[in-house]
Amino acid sequence: MANRPQPSFPEPDTQHFWDGCKAGELRYQTDPDGNVVFYPRGHSTVTGGRELSWNVSSGLGTVYTYSVVRQNRMPGFQELGAYAVAYIDLDEGFRMMSTIVGVDDPTQDIHIGQRVQVEFEEQQGDDAYPIPVFRPV
Amino acid sequence: MAQERLAAIAGIHEYPLRVAPGVSSMQIKAESMKRALDDAGLDWGDVDGLYDALDGEGGGGLGLAAYLGIKPRLLDTTQVGGSSYEFHASHALRDIAAGRCNVAVTTYGSTAASMRVPIGTGGMGRGGASWQQNMEAPYGGTLISNYAMVAHRHMHEYGTTTEQLAQISVATRKHAMRNPEAVKAMTDLQFVKVDEITVEDVLESRVIADPLHLLECCMISDGGGAAVFVSPEIARDIKKKPVWIIGAGEATKYRENGGDITTSAGAQSAPAAFGQAGVTPDEIDIAMIYDSFSITVAVMLEDLGFCAKGEVGRFIEDGHLAFDQPGLTLNTDGGGLSSNHPGMRGLFLLLESVRQLRGESTSQVEGASLAVAHGNGGLLGGTHTGGTVILAAD
Repeated sequence: MANRPQPSFPEPDTQHFWDGCKAGELRYQTDPDGNVVFYPRGHSTVTGGRELSWNVSSGLGTVYTYSVVRQNRMPGFQELGAYAVAYIDLDEGFRMMSTIVGVDDPTQDIHIGQRVQVEFEEQQGDDAYPIPVFRPV
Repeated sequence: MAQERLAAIAGIHEYPLRVAPGVSSMQIKAESMKRALDDAGLDWGDVDGLYDALDGEGGGGLGLAAYLGIKPRLLDTTQVGGSSYEFHASHALRDIAAGRCNVAVTTYGSTAASMRVPIGTGGMGRGGASWQQNMEAPYGGTLISNYAMVAHRHMHEYGTTTEQLAQISVATRKHAMRNPEAVKAMTDLQFVKVDEITVEDVLESRVIADPLHLLECCMISDGGGAAVFVSPEIARDIKKKPVWIIGAGEATKYRENGGDITTSAGAQSAPAAFGQAGVTPDEIDIAMIYDSFSITVAVMLEDLGFCAKGEVGRFIEDGHLAFDQPGLTLNTDGGGLSSNHPGMRGLFLLLESVRQLRGESTSQVEGASLAVAHGNGGLLGGTHTGGTVILAAD
């Protein structure tokens, strides 16, 4: 099991998103006009209105861009080999930061435009939040 | 030229050391303020405006004036990352023109190297709970990898290559080798090779975060400095020729659903600055652009209007960014890549612009009359700020 930094709570904007990860759902918000709001917030970033609804993404998306980190001095990542950090454009129209798993060599096997699917990576510790990561499809 | 002359930079100081053990950031700030005032021929007691980016131990809006022992009538603690000092120059232009102060200073001090702060590779997300941290901290992104994501997308969309981007590192190092303080910086920070570099050297340096190589990344140093902003009345009687602030622009940009990561906040701040100054990019002699990484400069050359979006690779591949080549000249002090980067480089962009427009640079461009200083604060591939300042010789 992985040991990534966990989200910290109380944090009212992102609580429902992370509860979704425990339920195996990648959740995002829309306002009454259909504007996608992401990262999660208490207001529409287009109108400022506070009436938002939650939706569940298909989890399918495309790699918008990425980098492969060769050096990170932060505990938890220090000992890892090269790993990817990426922006994923989900098919529902939101962009999230994540990582790409399930590749032999991240420096060779990842490319912009690649189709990917979300999965929820279990983390060490009781009651830990699973982390949404992406795997090429 | 018919630009308005409403505020000027009258004095500057760049703290000469990049490794300064046993000195505090606050001491660097105070010493730099004194020396910048000396450079202008002004006194400690003349200062009636104070800008600060909240650096230094026990400083900031509550602590700095007390430490210095001054009582300014204007206090502005704009902190927007490394571009804070372009914002300060912008605010000084506004505030001095409005009669709110006559002699204002901004100071900077940092001991990032002595404190071993891993700015680029330390990882982010160590702060407390926040909407943004909670969404990004689990992935181990570093500051360098954030900028690298911009480089990857730029390469993907426009065919930009590392060979082209390397010209930024090559020109900057050439300038650094002519600047004794930069040579001492690279020596004290134990650079493997304190000499001019080639495109091949950049390509052969190790990758830190794909596609960025070591020689495309700025150093981490100690350092600091100060600038003195004055009204036209004060500017008449200073020791050296004033350098006029003739235009300024500010903007912010961030991760957006469907947004274009290859365009920065500079695309918003630059037109505002050039518009106020009444000049166009093709009139600019000196571009002082925040070179945290090669890609930062590349994106800004486009966003400032020196070439069209996507064209920067072809714009720079002939090597003309060096001071002894015809065409636009970049970062003549050696930049953050090879002279000075204690964390917030924005101040040094103003300082070297002033040196060029006074004729005092170690890589002087003959007859330089217009400079642009553009700072980028924060994360180019995430939330960042852009501050553009246009400066004119007297």
